[in-house]
Amino acid sequence: MIDQSVDKSKRQFLTTALTVVGVVGTGYLAVPFLSQMQPSVKAMAAGAPVEVDISKIEAGQLIRVAWRGKPVWVLQRTPEVLATLTTLDGQLRDPQSDESSQPESSKNPARSMKPEIFIAVGLCTHLGCSPTFRPEVAPHDLGADWKGGFFCPCHGSWFDLAGRVYKGVPAPTNLEVPPYRYITDTQIIIGEAAEEKSA
Amino acid sequence: MNLKPTRLRMCGNWVLDRFPLAQVWNEHMAHYYAPKNFNFWYFFGSLALLVLVNQFVTGILLTMNYKPDAKLAFDSVEYIMRDVNWGWLVRYMHSTGASAFFIVIYLHMFRGLLYGSFKQPRELIWIFGMLLFVALMAEAFMGYLLPWGQMSYWGAQVIISLFSAIPVIGDDLALWIRGDYVISDATLNRFFAFHVIAVPLVLVLLVFMHIVALHEVGSNNPDGVDIKKSKDPWGHPVDGIPFHPYYTVKDVVGVAVFLLFFATIIFYMPEMGGYFLEHANFIPADPMKTPEHIAPVWYFTPFYSILRAIPDKFAGVIGMGGSIVVLFLLPWLDRGKVKSIRYRGGIYKKALMLFVISFIALGYLGTQPVTPLATNMARIFTAIYFGFFLLMPIYTRWEKLKPVPSHITMQPTLEERIPELKAVFDEVTLVTEGENAKRGFNPTGAKNVLVRTAKNLKKSLD
Repeated sequence: MIDQSVDKSKRQFLTTALTVVGVVGTGYLAVPFLSQMQPSVKAMAAGAPVEVDISKIEAGQLIRVAWRGKPVWVLQRTPEVLATLTTLDGQLRDPQSDESSQPESSKNPARSMKPEIFIAVGLCTHLGCSPTFRPEVAPHDLGADWKGGFFCPCHGSWFDLAGRVYKGVPAPTNLEVPPYRYITDTQIIIGEAAEEKSA
Repeated sequence: MNLKPTRLRMCGNWVLDRFPLAQVWNEHMAHYYAPKNFNFWYFFGSLALLVLVNQFVTGILLTMNYKPDAKLAFDSVEYIMRDVNWGWLVRYMHSTGASAFFIVIYLHMFRGLLYGSFKQPRELIWIFGMLLFVALMAEAFMGYLLPWGQMSYWGAQVIISLFSAIPVIGDDLALWIRGDYVISDATLNRFFAFHVIAVPLVLVLLVFMHIVALHEVGSNNPDGVDIKKSKDPWGHPVDGIPFHPYYTVKDVVGVAVFLLFFATIIFYMPEMGGYFLEHANFIPADPMKTPEHIAPVWYFTPFYSILRAIPDKFAGVIGMGGSIVVLFLLPWLDRGKVKSIRYRGGIYKKALMLFVISFIALGYLGTQPVTPLATNMARIFTAIYFGFFLLMPIYTRWEKLKPVPSHITMQPTLEERIPELKAVFDEVTLVTEGENAKRGFNPTGAKNVLVRTAKNLKKSLD
């Protein structure tokens, strides 16, 4: 055995240097690995707007169309429904839709461009279930407080017929209104924003 | 007589000279000393291993015919059920195995709560076990998307949306997990990859670490006594017996009984009334319409109930995640100095009983539709669930502990209990006099037995 003094600081330096290089290399490799799980170019391109003919929708009727793989509701509201909507503000979490997602043209109490035609993405803002359309007033399973609206069967969130969320339910915000515009009085295109009114 | 070694033995020795098979076997089986008082609750570790093997074998067979494609997945499962030879059996073994896995694991974890198996020096075993439980939940959740039925689709939609509740990064994280703006083919395909290779690898690694950690410190037992403290002249624990053959043989009995139940479910009630395979999952996934009533599979319902009980999106997700996280902290929350419930104070026994009731009640409520009454009930049970863990540092200090024996105690066997059971039977029945003597019901005797049982129960909770 030869008694050699070992310069540990050099070893320590080499170990540290190698660790740093290894960590940086792993970091670089993680970028493509993690990013390949992002939506592909094809998935991002698949969000084309859809046209909807609303001339056949009867008063009080709701139709569903698929846009970007999501259900979008088109509801023809009756005057009674519109009258009820104005009485609910006290029970709602965000009656003026200040914290909710909608195009500027629909940021009004009825949450639509034309009050009779209500359009919304039919996915609960809580955890993404599609709420059921329950237009009837005070059905026995929902109780006397129910004024007609959308009920999420998954976690019990309540929305009125303008997609506004009630207080005391899990959903945090009103239903999302997608961008849409009228081509003619009976033709709507969902996925394209209306020209914004100059402020 | 000195026999010439046979060719076979020579081959064996050739291997043993190059691979420490005998050492591994001895260390973990033949010379691994386990306490000799293992009872019913000690079946579930080895049963979990059995179910894991069942899931691997049937899972590999299923991948041979399953198509992880949104257009083909649902039909390929039906194809397995109808046209593949014995496909129905393999699929039902896999789907029933998933539920069996959780039954076995929940009982295994309950054993830990009963006998303090998570306490010093076994904290890491508990942590590895909890990681296994989380990995198992991920495995089960991703596997449930694969049949691409309505419940698969909307269940995945809800669970992935949980991530979007995280402030700032939530929406991007959910998008990254899905690989699309909605649950789609991309999601199905990646969940398949996670379900069949990524998570199973993690599970195997964790099982290995769980067992290595267990064999390092040794098994706990129903008395919570450390058997390594008293050893015989050969260095073996006086209160221990080699795992093989004693516990391998015991576990064979457990396996036989388990398989009896397992086979009955597979052959006679594979859907278990909608609890193991939900009815809505026999309808192909429809992104336009959520089923009227959606509920996760039964093993997730306690946590799902907690999520539903809290009327705020982010707080609900925190509550649900927190209900798992508190389990990880258990070794440090419990300040009781004694391991086994046999020598713990009444307060822990009562708390544990309340916890079990609330866990089962939350599980039941999670399968039911939302009503105001059910929501309030779920809130009460959620409070009890968290109370059990978070108040533990306080109430376990007040415990009136009983003296712990220095050696393990022997409980009467089932056989020794027969005369006792016969006496109870004689007490609740009455033999009529006369020609055609008949055994009938004896109300006063039955009442006495009930009162005595209630008194014993009350005494055992003190």
